[in-house]
Amino acid sequence: MSTRVESVFDNSKLKSLLYSSFNIKKVKWGIFFKNTTLKLGVPAMAIVLFLAIWGAIATQIQTSLGELPGPSKVWEQTMVLVDEHVAERKKEAAFIKRQEKRNAVKLAKNPDAEVKIRPYTGKPTFFDQIMTSVYTVATGFFLASLIAIPVGIICGLSTTIYTALNPLIQIFKPVSPLAWLPIVTMIVSAVYISDDPLFEKSYLTSAITVTLCCLWPTIINTTVGVSSIDKDLINVSRVLRLNWFTKVFKIVLPASTPMMFAGLRVSLGIGWMVLIAAEMLAQNPGLGKFVWDEFQNGSSNSLARIMVAVFTIGLIGFMLDRLMLILQKSVSWDKSAVLR
Amino acid sequence: MSHLHLNISQVSIEFPTPDGPFKALDKVDLKIKEGEFVSLIGHSGCGKSTVLNIVAGLYQATEGGVILNGREVNEPGPDRAVVFQNHSLLPWLTAYENVELAVQQVFKGKKSMEEMRNWVEHNLELVHMEHAMHKRPAEISGGMKQRVGIARALAMEPEVLLMDEPFGALDALTRAHMQDSLIEIQARLNNTVIMITHDVDEAVLLSDRIVMMTNGPAATVGEILEVDLPRPRDRVGLANDARYNEYRAAVLKFLYERQHKPEEAA
Repeated sequence: MSTRVESVFDNSKLKSLLYSSFNIKKVKWGIFFKNTTLKLGVPAMAIVLFLAIWGAIATQIQTSLGELPGPSKVWEQTMVLVDEHVAERKKEAAFIKRQEKRNAVKLAKNPDAEVKIRPYTGKPTFFDQIMTSVYTVATGFFLASLIAIPVGIICGLSTTIYTALNPLIQIFKPVSPLAWLPIVTMIVSAVYISDDPLFEKSYLTSAITVTLCCLWPTIINTTVGVSSIDKDLINVSRVLRLNWFTKVFKIVLPASTPMMFAGLRVSLGIGWMVLIAAEMLAQNPGLGKFVWDEFQNGSSNSLARIMVAVFTIGLIGFMLDRLMLILQKSVSWDKSAVLR
Repeated sequence: MSHLHLNISQVSIEFPTPDGPFKALDKVDLKIKEGEFVSLIGHSGCGKSTVLNIVAGLYQATEGGVILNGREVNEPGPDRAVVFQNHSLLPWLTAYENVELAVQQVFKGKKSMEEMRNWVEHNLELVHMEHAMHKRPAEISGGMKQRVGIARALAMEPEVLLMDEPFGALDALTRAHMQDSLIEIQARLNNTVIMITHDVDEAVLLSDRIVMMTNGPAATVGEILEVDLPRPRDRVGLANDARYNEYRAAVLKFLYERQHKPEEAA
């Protein structure tokens, strides 16, 4: 009897041992599989589902420009835009080569001859337009930050100045870029008069409109960040009798960096959205103008090309945000903070 | 040594509230000699910290005033260095840089760069923090942070060192360790110190005089106890010392018999 019990006991022990070792492996594989599925599989599945639904719906909608383009049509136009860019660059290279040749011949005949070097004036490609947009939004955002950060710091430090500026900030904050644009256009045309302009007027108009819409989140977040600094840290600066600049650079700025960056990121996101609208109306040669031109053009490929622009705008907006995140991580003193 | 160093003279303070002014302190009067270690003890909410903040210059007294070496105190300054309860180190600076900020501010133009560096290191060694000099506050323990806070205050060479429950947030063992360090530093530097505490043992162990405050509102000095124990003091040796226990009992009696806890009185 006892031996039997023993053997059963032994057997179960062995079994449980076997199972447990098997289970450990299974669980480990399970976790690995689960993690990979979550990180890559689930988003991939969501994208595939999205493309499928899009493709299915697109065939059902007939517009005056033909059937609404599905994913394959959009991909096709992406390739066309790449080809157009490559072709345009080839033409440019050829133009420059021809010009150099002509000038060299001219100089060989007469070393004192005046040679003219003309820039290539082909139409901007999709990729040139992307660059223009990024450059314009960077200018507008940079200008806005240059104004908004100091204003935010001063508002955070002084209740009087905050009380004075707050109504203005609250009133201007919700104003649409489309309302600013005519005013900015008129002011730029009136003030920026130059025979040899350094910048295009349309570029300035778009950049300033971006600035006007980018200011507010940074100002508000910086103000909140500065005014909520730990009172003890402010007392430390009072006991040490730090002067205003030392206080701002040693205590206020580092303490309010997280809030400031939260504001900057919102600002840049708004700026990018505003830019597309501003470019459409100001005819700044960027992505906004591309969309507008394609809309006016009204070819059977226009909608697909606009959709390429939509995805490009989205991707670049996402990349700009990641760029800010990297910047924030590099200047943040609190390396343990979770930033997303 | 025995001349009048710090005179807290008839200090009253009122804070404005929606229901009219609230009188937190009423005619607090205290004279402190140079090199004296004074503890302020009382139930929470009795205005101990307010007294300290007035001496620091962070608050302005409504009546009366504070005179340090014959000059009235009306703004904060490094001659009255404060050790805050929650260390108040700048989290983005290392221990060294935190002390350096104070040293550069106080000794600008008086010490060379080399001298300043030595002075920062000297003060960090004084609190036994030389091994973690280049760590940030987040990387060191609570006791270590408080040590750096003390080093920062000492490095300013203050006339008066003000400590607001410096060890209140620490566990009992770390606190005992910090008290021993403070005894050691005090023996070497002989600073004038005002320390706020709610720990009776801490008060008796460290102080020359214990100032017991009555409960607020309109709190004031209730009783002053001279602690006449020889220095250097040793916590283990004093545990069975009759006089030590008498002092302890006197403070406890004041706190729990004459001044009930505010909740019980209500």
